[in-house]
Amino acid sequence: MKCIVCVKQVPDTSGVVAVKEDGTMDRAAMATITNHDDLAAVEAALRIKDATGCKVVVVSMGPPPAEGMLRELLAMGADEAVLVSAREFGGSDTYATSQILAAAIKKVGVDNDDIIFCGRQAIDGDTAQVGPQIAEKLHVPQVSYVEKVEVNNGKVTVQRQLEDGYMTIKVNTPCLLTCLKELNEARYMSVGGIMECYSKPLSVFNYETLKDDPLIDVDTIGLKGSPTNVYKSFSPPVKGAGMMMEGADKATVDQLVGILNDKHII
Amino acid sequence: MAEFNSKDTAAFKGVWVFCEQREGVIMSTSYQLLSEGRKLANDLGVELAGVVLGHNVKEDYLKALGGYGADKVYYCDHELLDVYTTDAYTKVICDLVEDKKPEIFLIGATNIGRDLGPRCAARLHTGLTADCTHLDVDVAKYKEFLKTTSTIDVDNTVFEENTNLKMTRPAFGGHLMATIICPRFRPQMSTVRPGVMQTQPYDDAGAAKTVIEKVAVQLSKDDINVEVVEVVKAAKQLVDLIGADVVVTVGRGISKDVEGGLKLAEELAGVLGGVVGASRACVDAGWITADHQVGQTGKTVHPRIYVALGVSGAIQHLAGMQDSECIIAVNKNESAPVFDVASYGIVGDLFKVTPMLIEAIRTLKASK
Ligand SMILES: Cc1cc2nc3c(=O)[nH]c(=O)nc-3n(C[C@H](O)[C@H](O)[C@H](O)COP(=O)(O)OP(=O)(O)OC[C@H]3O[C@@H](n4cnc5c(N)ncnc54)[C@H](O)[C@@H]3O)c2cc1C
Ligand SMILES: Cc1cc2nc3c(=O)[nH]c(=O)nc-3n(C[C@H](O)[C@H](O)[C@H](O)COP(=O)(O)OP(=O)(O)OC[C@H]3O[C@@H](n4cnc5c(N)ncnc54)[C@H](O)[C@@H]3O)c2cc1C
Repeated sequence: MKCIVCVKQVPDTSGVVAVKEDGTMDRAAMATITNHDDLAAVEAALRIKDATGCKVVVVSMGPPPAEGMLRELLAMGADEAVLVSAREFGGSDTYATSQILAAAIKKVGVDNDDIIFCGRQAIDGDTAQVGPQIAEKLHVPQVSYVEKVEVNNGKVTVQRQLEDGYMTIKVNTPCLLTCLKELNEARYMSVGGIMECYSKPLSVFNYETLKDDPLIDVDTIGLKGSPTNVYKSFSPPVKGAGMMMEGADKATVDQLVGILNDKHII
Repeated sequence: MAEFNSKDTAAFKGVWVFCEQREGVIMSTSYQLLSEGRKLANDLGVELAGVVLGHNVKEDYLKALGGYGADKVYYCDHELLDVYTTDAYTKVICDLVEDKKPEIFLIGATNIGRDLGPRCAARLHTGLTADCTHLDVDVAKYKEFLKTTSTIDVDNTVFEENTNLKMTRPAFGGHLMATIICPRFRPQMSTVRPGVMQTQPYDDAGAAKTVIEKVAVQLSKDDINVEVVEVVKAAKQLVDLIGADVVVTVGRGISKDVEGGLKLAEELAGVLGGVVGASRACVDAGWITADHQVGQTGKTVHPRIYVALGVSGAIQHLAGMQDSECIIAVNKNESAPVFDVASYGIVGDLFKVTPMLIEAIRTLKASK
């Protein structure tokens, strides 16, 4: 048994978000972090490793600097890392991204008792689509919005969040689970882990490595192979300066409600 | 069945809405999507169909979809469709799409819709736009939308004249809006954020006219790789802050009468059609459950209206709400930082101001 975890490096959207003139994101001007949900996914895998001694492989698609993040995950306790990186892969939408990640996971190898983990959602693209789409491309069952995982004698039982409660689901392996950050509190890198992380294997999968997989077809990967395209992007409307109302009595309140009505806000 | 080819765009016609049911009851998101789908279908001059998967769903509920605009309802009845599983739902929906070939397929961006949509899109080989907040097929209408929501110089920009679906959605935590298209494949699929599209008034004539087509479902236990052991409802319904159109938030300012303050917030949320949020101070004090918390360690919300009652506006709180469209703050301290992000501020006692606000809004609504 092993766990394969898909991890994305993302710009930190909680800090200063830099938008360029043309309405695209200025990624270069922003700090990068490991996507929160994905850290929970890594932690879930490491807990299974703690209990069973299984192997944990982390996989990330992105530009070469993502290697730094992968080393951190190795220092947390992952055993192997794969960086999927090639010019041909750039500009992929979620469909194309999942084709490439599925091909990379196949290259790593999926055994009958394996679990593939993803985060539920990346904080930049915000789509939550890549996990389920990888599962489809690998023909394995999926459970998304996972807030609890139990593995007993190779049987996987999870709790899946609903808006008004949850479902308890037993799922056959191999399977793919997408994790919520609420699932757990991720551990820190250990001192020993930091010492070791540079001696652990980190492979780079480029176009050459993956091109023999039928999923890697110029018509289904990269910008050109993506079914969706960004047609226009723009900043949300800027709010005008606020208005402080005079007083705090009935007249004030009536005036405010009048303005809200005139502006069709209520 | 002829070979399905998602690239043969000319073969696809009609607008579909996935009408999700839970425990046999159609979710309200479905009505919002049907109302929106009706507009798109009218602009395209095509039929609107609702798609229901379930078991023993009441005929009245199916008919009611016509009241919100569906010309037709495809009803897929099977005991294995009673409770949602990705495998069963994906199979039945993809079979139906491959057979009937709709050009547009909308799914509510619920926890289930966001599981089902990507799996179906990957199987059908088409694109999917996530969590949309605005949809257009008509270029003129899209331009009008951009004029009011963006700084794009619409009159001096060239727009291709076609009826491709233009799907607009927030990304990067709401810091950026993107319009996505799927020009080469069909159906054009999108999940749509709950609570954003307006439900149109129910129309009896539409309900009477709608045609219900029972679909022959090909499904067996072997198609399903999961077992749903139980579905548990939270003892108290968790508040849906993220999807809410209006959020009324309370802060430590309610401390002198916590119960009264919460009641006022609920009443105001009630008249505005919204839900109650809270600062972390209130959650930490045990006055309200954590699912209500707005902010860095709570939920990030972008409602149309955000009312802050007795909230100071700490940076961690602002991080979760400052992108709301219209922010109304009531605080007795005129230098509270919440006023820096407020569209409208009232300096005063929330226990006096809020009842007047409720009253004034009630009066206004009654006069409409
Ligand atoms: C403004 C904007 C809007 C967009 N809208 C859409 C859209 O509506 N539809 C669409 O198809 N594409 C869209 N895209 C493209 C999409 O953002 C990219 O394909 C992105 O690489 C993956 O999507 P995501 O960030 O939403 O990931 P999500 O689907 O939210 O990610 C879920 C999980 O998948 C895994 N994962 C995702 N990416 C990687 C990776 N690179 N390496 C390892 N694991 C990964 C992680 O575990 C992650 O937690 C948009 C892009 C932009 C810039
Ligand atoms: C790492 C970290 C994460 C955090 N995450 C969050 C988060 O997610 N969400 C969050 O909210 N906070 C968060 N906090 C806490 C945050 O810093 C503030 O402490 C908190 O938001 C304060 O809540 P408050 O505005 O309700 O209370 P206070 O700051 O005490 O403000 C109460 C306000 O009520 C006003 N007031 C009092 N009586 C009345 C009255 N009768 N009428 C009108 N106004 C009145 C006062 O003038 C005051 O401005 C976080 C803090 C840290 C360190």
